[in-house]
Amino acid sequence: MPNKKQIYDRDKVAIGLAIFVALISFPFWFNMGKASPAPEIKLSDKAKAAKQCIAPTAYMRAEHMAILDLWRDTVVRDAKRVYSTNDGLTFNMSLSTGENSCMGCHVTKADFCDKCHNYASVRPYCWDCHIAPKENK
Amino acid sequence: MNVNYLFSLLVVVALFLFAWVGAGVWEMKYLFGVFIPYAAFITFAIGVIYRIVNWAQSPVPFRIPTTCGQAESLPWIKQNKIDNPSTLWGVIVRMLLEVLFFRSLFRNIKLEFNAGKRIAYEWEKWLWLAALAFHWSFLAVLVRHLRFFTEPVPFAIQMLEEMDSILQVGLPVIFLSGFALLAAATYLFVRRVVIPQVRYISLPADYFPLFLIMAIAATGMFMRYLTKVDIIRIKELTMGLVSLHPAIPDGVGTLFFVHLFLVCVLFAYFPFSKLMHSGGVLMSPTRNLANNNRAKRHVNPWNYPVKVHTYEEYENEFRDRMIEAGLPVDKKE
Repeated sequence: MPNKKQIYDRDKVAIGLAIFVALISFPFWFNMGKASPAPEIKLSDKAKAAKQCIAPTAYMRAEHMAILDLWRDTVVRDAKRVYSTNDGLTFNMSLSTGENSCMGCHVTKADFCDKCHNYASVRPYCWDCHIAPKENK
Repeated sequence: MNVNYLFSLLVVVALFLFAWVGAGVWEMKYLFGVFIPYAAFITFAIGVIYRIVNWAQSPVPFRIPTTCGQAESLPWIKQNKIDNPSTLWGVIVRMLLEVLFFRSLFRNIKLEFNAGKRIAYEWEKWLWLAALAFHWSFLAVLVRHLRFFTEPVPFAIQMLEEMDSILQVGLPVIFLSGFALLAAATYLFVRRVVIPQVRYISLPADYFPLFLIMAIAATGMFMRYLTKVDIIRIKELTMGLVSLHPAIPDGVGTLFFVHLFLVCVLFAYFPFSKLMHSGGVLMSPTRNLANNNRAKRHVNPWNYPVKVHTYEEYENEFRDRMIEAGLPVDKKE
């Protein structure tokens, strides 16, 4: 009777299993135990003073892209350029024009946008058309 | 209503609710965010290796490839080198086409009686197409998720994301593979329910992974496109897992834990299920052997040394008596 203990084609099976183990353990050996803490956003003084963006922080974190998408459509299709919050504050519905736009408060793209986007591997196409504000160092 | 798919559906719903209540109400976030993922990963790795080694212990003494073309023969008869391979390279090409493009499924035909009660063989490519869409989009989804498990994110994964979001619809941009996965899995489920013959042979083991994958895809897309999650906190969690410094950051939504739990169930279930066809296809002797039964000698691995008694030995033993009886012998003395 066949001996159940024997592994046939031992070399080929071993190579296959080695490839399998290497593939599924990829995230472990790629990062090699080094910690990669989440990035800290650097807020400008103006943003710090305002305490809150156009909506609470948690909401902005999750929904900012949807807001920007909606704003773009509203500006382009309806020519409405002013957004007013529930508190009665008004903002310019624009990413990068003037003091009252997004980048008017969040002045540096590198410190504000890119940190999280790079960490989450998100490459928004905002800057395909918009010109990023000049970074003051 | 069919017990088989109803049972599978209820199991997936129960798993969903279990994670929802466990992570959301009982706040057992460490269990769902750290302990279960590690346990599932270890179960998956050891289980798959165990199954493969177990299969490798079955001897295949005779070449039994399913041949689909002319075998190697006389020089003037043209061999089909891929469908009836006689060399290692032929086998490799055949396996690659099978694994990457499901060639044997492409041959699928449907037998039908047409109007004149004559048998007709019809092309049936939908299963092949859906299977191809399902597996490739699942691979794309899986590889894309590596962005949560690598820092910095490798260029190849970024490129895949770019290709996947090529339509630039909405924000966050739509990933095509997620929708393809959900659509293909739905088709594969509907096919099992709608075609009577297929429904007859479908078991909970067929429906359960489909429902599970549909639930995983649905929760993932729900998080990305509708309810939204704090992706930075989630990457903090996943990076903690792979750098072996697990921690649960604040502000990770319950739906994420449900998604993660369903993925863990899929991984842990994998080695014990039909999903092992992914390893099994490489181990199937009807695919991975060259058709060289006569060209090469294949020794049966469980052959034991047979005790033989040659004529020479026989004659040596009985020579005297043979000569006495007047029988012819090879050697006189």
